[in-house]
Amino acid sequence: MSLFTLGIARGLLGQVLGMVIGMLLTCAVRILLGWEAWAAEPAWTVGAVCSIIGFLLGVGSLDDWLKWTKGIPTPLHHGPPVDKPAWTRYFSVDYNHKVIGVQYTVWGILLLMVGGTVAMIFRTELARSGLQFLGLDLYNSFIGMHGMIMIFAILLGVGGMANYLVPLMIGAEDMAFPRLNALGFWFNVPGSVLLLLSLFVGGWDAGWTAYPPLSARGPIGYQLFFLGVFAIGLSSIVGSLNLLVTLLRMRPEGMSLFRMPIFCWAVFATSLIQLTATQLIGTSFLMVSVQRALGMGFFDPRGILGEVSPMVGGGDPVLFQHLFWFYSHPAVYIFVLPGLGIVSELLPVFSRKPLFGYKWIALSSMAIAIVGFLVWGHHMFVSGYNDILRIPFMYATLLVAIPTGVKFFSWLGTIWGGKVHFDTPMLFVLGAISVFLIGGLTGPILATVPTDFPLHDSYFVVGHFHATMFGGFVFPFFAALYYWFPKVTGRMYNETLGKIHFFIMTPAFWVQTLGQMGVGVMGMRRRIADYDPTLGAGQIESWQLAVTIAGFAIAFGVMLMLWNFFQNAEVGAAAGDNPWRSRSPEWQIPSPVPEHSFPAPLHVVGEPYDYGLADAGYVTTASTGDD
Amino acid sequence: MTATAIEHGPEHGHAADDHHHAGESGLATYLENTRRNRLGMWLFFASEAFLFLALLVTRFYLWRGPHGEVVRPELDQFAGLVVTAVLLLSSYFMNRAEVSIANDKRTDFLTSLLITAFLGTAFLVGVVVWEWGMFPGIVKGHLKPTDGVFGAVVFGMTGMHALHVLSGVILILNVWWLGRKGHFSGERHWGVEACAIYWHYVDLVWIFFYPAIYLIGTTIDVPH
Repeated sequence: MSLFTLGIARGLLGQVLGMVIGMLLTCAVRILLGWEAWAAEPAWTVGAVCSIIGFLLGVGSLDDWLKWTKGIPTPLHHGPPVDKPAWTRYFSVDYNHKVIGVQYTVWGILLLMVGGTVAMIFRTELARSGLQFLGLDLYNSFIGMHGMIMIFAILLGVGGMANYLVPLMIGAEDMAFPRLNALGFWFNVPGSVLLLLSLFVGGWDAGWTAYPPLSARGPIGYQLFFLGVFAIGLSSIVGSLNLLVTLLRMRPEGMSLFRMPIFCWAVFATSLIQLTATQLIGTSFLMVSVQRALGMGFFDPRGILGEVSPMVGGGDPVLFQHLFWFYSHPAVYIFVLPGLGIVSELLPVFSRKPLFGYKWIALSSMAIAIVGFLVWGHHMFVSGYNDILRIPFMYATLLVAIPTGVKFFSWLGTIWGGKVHFDTPMLFVLGAISVFLIGGLTGPILATVPTDFPLHDSYFVVGHFHATMFGGFVFPFFAALYYWFPKVTGRMYNETLGKIHFFIMTPAFWVQTLGQMGVGVMGMRRRIADYDPTLGAGQIESWQLAVTIAGFAIAFGVMLMLWNFFQNAEVGAAAGDNPWRSRSPEWQIPSPVPEHSFPAPLHVVGEPYDYGLADAGYVTTASTGDD
Repeated sequence: MTATAIEHGPEHGHAADDHHHAGESGLATYLENTRRNRLGMWLFFASEAFLFLALLVTRFYLWRGPHGEVVRPELDQFAGLVVTAVLLLSSYFMNRAEVSIANDKRTDFLTSLLITAFLGTAFLVGVVVWEWGMFPGIVKGHLKPTDGVFGAVVFGMTGMHALHVLSGVILILNVWWLGRKGHFSGERHWGVEACAIYWHYVDLVWIFFYPAIYLIGTTIDVPH
């Protein structure tokens, strides 16, 4: 078996070839126009565009559509590839949503490790004042890289959970569009490659937000960064479209919207944001890209009328911030809503009680998604936009606290009086609630205009943001990994190691986030490589050191988890079909889930979360045959 | 474990995007798949709407005169009017193509598709040659992309729209070619429907873009 039986190897080769072809094409056009043949930025940009197409052609994700254009039938193939070992399907184009879910999750965890490693590097630099081993440019590239890689990782993690779980939870055979689903995953690979490659062509030093004018003048790395984001954005759009159609059209008889497992509501709300808002980060980055490549001055404030009226015809960098945050604020709800859905999904299982206020939780996800579209301006309180805009953005932002509060009270109501089982997934759910509470309570401080002014662009923001991301995504994601690991592999992880992971990571994270807020209040700016050691009455260095040590402890915990999974995926104790005694449809079928998940259509006979009530069924998979 | 390749009969009811290939007996599956495809297509339009809205917002944000009034650059009004008329006319023929195939009138269907593709191409030529002045030997354009926000927005908006028209023309020619080979019928022509609603959508976008670029605001002289 040669390496190139693996789709991903063919894809990467295609990416390299695409890059070369794109560069040659650029040179050819330039020669035809009578210009100098080689110009680095256009060559790399066109090369990067062609490299994405090259990857998709190489991996084979476009094969079926190319056949459609010729009218050739393309029956869907089920099961592992015919003439290759079964494991190769995870490294090639496969249309089964369970395979794609695992691909998303594993690629997400890989990026999580890359992003975490980058963070550890600059966190070590920050442990002491002064510059020890990182240059200023590299430090800047690294903080931006940490941000964007983590965003990719989170989007992939969300995609992994949604793709694996949603069809199983609603008893659907697969996603509505299996080919689109595979394409959605494979966009991510060339996107991540471009992002990492950008470090080698100068990097990008304006942070992950890439504000012009800096991003319009920085190194070539920006172009690759923009195109990497483009690829991941396309993945978000086609993935969310697929999930919405699946949720709206493929539920079984009797499963009304308010009888779906609650995680499906979270995915529904998330997908609505992803489908629409993602266009805006694409548009804003495309505008900077063409400003760099073609001189189209969207964000270049130099006017065209010169002395007469200097501002007429000049672009405006603040417009970029509007367009950018119109995606990038709702994006944080893309990251946290599925995580909060996991919390709501797991709490009743481990409390053995009905979910408190199902409808309210479902609608609070929708409310967060809708209000999330109206709050982007709170990132711009000090950007110099019209003062009058601050007030409505402040109130809209504070409004988010209401549906979020609904979720918190409903979680408390679910645990209250329940028979709580403290298995590792439940511990991570409780950890998520505690951490998200820290993030939630520090939110209004930053949403309120007068308190935002002194804290803006300080490490306090970093602390708040990490608390929301860990509480809203990382902890629930880890809970989900532990919880569905037996379903995916059929094996049980090591419970003791899982608990050790939790008890290392949770206190470490509290230290990290509160430490970050602390140094922020002392006057530490975000995105600055060095700081004054006399800040905070000379205490800042020890706080920074504590944050760094906490960061390493978290990294150690994550490694422990991955080792636990790696050890037990093949040889762990058999988990049985339903180790958590869950009522959700995916636990009523064998573990690991067979190729065709459900032997017969589901029948919904009751409410999803009636735990602890006698004779209350949710779904039956009454089979007609001998499956 | 042996792998199996399964054809999609009605009993498997799989894969909404498998439209042309289900057997005669799979009409119910085909219709359900078409419903999914249709919903997917409209969600795609919803997504794209945000892209075009972002461009419209950019236009009204950036095209401001010295006192904040809405302005626009001097453009070739005649060219704008002609390409708009051509594009609107093309939508009529696209609709005629769809109605024809629904009634199994294959010749009308193929002819209408060709006319639509021709008009779409005429629109592209009008924009690229006439308005952009890509071939200064034939027509000298009014603006260059580098002419401040006026050049940037005109080329940004018409460029993004032209990209959609171009993909639409390619799609129409592909559907025409498949239709000539005997694909599509009155009962099964989701491919034609998708192509048609995409074309109408691109048209609809231009109905918003045309006044935004050509009509709204007072003209301002852009020095080169």
